[in-house]
Amino acid sequence: MTSPGISRQASFTGLYAFFATIIMLFGAFTSAMVVRRGASKDWVGVPRSQLLWVNTGVLALSSIAAEKARRDLLNGHRMRFNIGWAAATLLGAGFVAGQFAVWQHLRHSGVYINSYPGSAFFYVGTVAHALHLAGGWIAMFYLMVRALRLQLGPGRRTAVDVTAVYWHFLGVLWLYLLWLFWFWGNWD
Amino acid sequence: MNFLGRYIFSTDHKIIGLQYFILALIAAFTGMALSVAMRFHLSYPEAKVKLFEILWPNGAPGGVMTPELYLALMTMHGTIMVFFLLTTVPQGGFGNYFLPLQIGAHDMAFPRLNMLSFWTTALSFLVLCSAFVVEGGAPISGWTAYPPLSAVGPVAGPGLGQGMTIWVVSIALFSAGSLMGAINFITTTLELRAKGMSLLRMPLTCWGWFSTAIISLFAFAVLIAAGVLLLMDRELGTSFFLPAGLVINDKPIGRAGGSPLLWQHLFWFFGHPEVYIAILPGMGIISTVLATFSRKPVFGYKAMVAALLFIGFFGFLVWGHHMFISGMNPYSSIAFSVLTLIIGVPSAIKTFNWLGTIWGGSLHLTTAMLWALGFVSVFVTGGLTGIWLGQPALDLYFHDTYLVVGHFHMIMGVAAVFAMFAGTYYWWPRMTGRMLGETTGKVHFYCTFIGVYMIFIPMHFAGIAGNPRRYSDFSQFEFLRDLKMLHLGMTHAAFFTAAVQFLFLFNLLWSLRSRAKAPANPWRATTLEWATPSDEPPVVYRGAYEFSTPGARRDFRMQNEEEDTGT
Repeated sequence: MTSPGISRQASFTGLYAFFATIIMLFGAFTSAMVVRRGASKDWVGVPRSQLLWVNTGVLALSSIAAEKARRDLLNGHRMRFNIGWAAATLLGAGFVAGQFAVWQHLRHSGVYINSYPGSAFFYVGTVAHALHLAGGWIAMFYLMVRALRLQLGPGRRTAVDVTAVYWHFLGVLWLYLLWLFWFWGNWD
Repeated sequence: MNFLGRYIFSTDHKIIGLQYFILALIAAFTGMALSVAMRFHLSYPEAKVKLFEILWPNGAPGGVMTPELYLALMTMHGTIMVFFLLTTVPQGGFGNYFLPLQIGAHDMAFPRLNMLSFWTTALSFLVLCSAFVVEGGAPISGWTAYPPLSAVGPVAGPGLGQGMTIWVVSIALFSAGSLMGAINFITTTLELRAKGMSLLRMPLTCWGWFSTAIISLFAFAVLIAAGVLLLMDRELGTSFFLPAGLVINDKPIGRAGGSPLLWQHLFWFFGHPEVYIAILPGMGIISTVLATFSRKPVFGYKAMVAALLFIGFFGFLVWGHHMFISGMNPYSSIAFSVLTLIIGVPSAIKTFNWLGTIWGGSLHLTTAMLWALGFVSVFVTGGLTGIWLGQPALDLYFHDTYLVVGHFHMIMGVAAVFAMFAGTYYWWPRMTGRMLGETTGKVHFYCTFIGVYMIFIPMHFAGIAGNPRRYSDFSQFEFLRDLKMLHLGMTHAAFFTAAVQFLFLFNLLWSLRSRAKAPANPWRATTLEWATPSDEPPVVYRGAYEFSTPGARRDFRMQNEEEDTGT
């Protein structure tokens, strides 16, 4: 949301409100998972794929690149911003592609959404996260194009900052989901 | 700007407010028509109605309503009224129109998001209504859509196939629209207030919208999560909500491990705050209207703000009182019961402060004021049975009887609708530049006021007599025979009340034809929406309710008046 007249502060307030609702969404999935696990004796864990760790690394690099680019823009280094931001966008796409690979891998090994309760939560959680990430990625891509057209600078950087903070938030959310699925979901 | 840009895909908060208002008006009359059809069937179960047959050839073969069609109408009535009327007018309609005006902002913080939020809501309504015309018709699970029956598909009954899927999609869309609105309301309230408009100078309407937006932000996300899981159970073969060993209509379902109670927890974690989403903006409207037409400041302004926030917060801790007889642990019932009864305290604070506001005031019984007084009446009437139902021992008996139906219609439905009427009669001059007919308005009020009491008070008696809800026909039950006349009375009261609503519609349309322009500030109110429009952003010098200040030359001072100009 970058229509003229919206203050920088208002954009961040809107973003933080959005965080609250995302937290509630994943909080609801989590509590459903806790209840579902406790309610029956059919819990057999959550599927694991080593590729998830690669994806985590890619997403972390993407976040770091976005953060560095954001700071470059603040300091007026437009060229470095362009490179860093494009790298972050590319890595972001890499993460989503990696998640697709994980789902493919699980499908080929016979793990579907209805295979067992843990797989159901895994698919729902990772797809929901990927959808939120896709929204952020569209914003990143749009900003990358605008930056290449020299439409951004130290004085016009709210959209970049908002998108970067959203991106970091989704990164932290991913770490939480990874913990929930990889560790909590498989504890005896 | 062309017609499309100005009136359809508008980003102007006033147009969007009116769009919400019109959408809700359509929804309200649709929902009302469904309730009239249901009441008709309850009292005349054998009657052949050509119209039913035309509308629902499968649901009413030969014009006689089947029990399944009755349940479908009930589901759609509840869903339409709760979402597209009670959630839509107070917040999306009045809130969009008046929040920016009252806090002196140019528009909402994110105008394009605002447009998107309206069109998502409108789409959601169309999707919901399409459930009537798909195979099997509308869902029959009630607006709470309890699994397992809502999760297994058409085997559980007509309407639980495509109709149920459409219902889930529609509600998810509605939730998304509401979330966008909530983000906009919160940001606007926090960031876009005019100079001098501190939070504690805001009119209570703004506090109502603000607290409602916070509740929406936390509640609707949980409903989306629940809806996604239900959809997975329905379409992709998971079992979040489906336990083992289910046999429905002689067909084994073949899933295992899920918990129907999980849905109830998730749903009511949203569902109970939803009640406050419907009523808190109304409470703000009522406070303003009572103060304006008593020519007195709101009694205990800060307590009113605190009570709103307190109700909003505690609304998230009481969902279990909908589940006392669900098999939940009785110890948690006690906790939910205590928390529920605690909400009576801020509700009572509000009620007594409303009485304190009108006490000793010089009452101007305009139509808006009558609706506001009516609101206090029905809010107390509906609230008292809340104290009964909040106790597990009593709820054990009352659960799923007509007492519950009477209770929530009174406190959530009728009270919120009265606040909408109060708001409409109060703000119509600002929204259209025309006054509504006061005589027509008063006839509308008195008829509706008497009408709703005649519908819903007998419902309480029927509930105490053990009359179960959600039944399409009582004629088979020996113990309900004596209630036949009571139900007949309710049915005719419902016909009467529904009929007088056309007076309201007539009043709206007639006023638009009138040539006489409304004065700029017809009610001599204090808040900024009545200030003379100006291109300069307003500056606020005082609180929202300065009526009859001792020593002042005029009995009200507007928030943007610097000195006592005394005109």
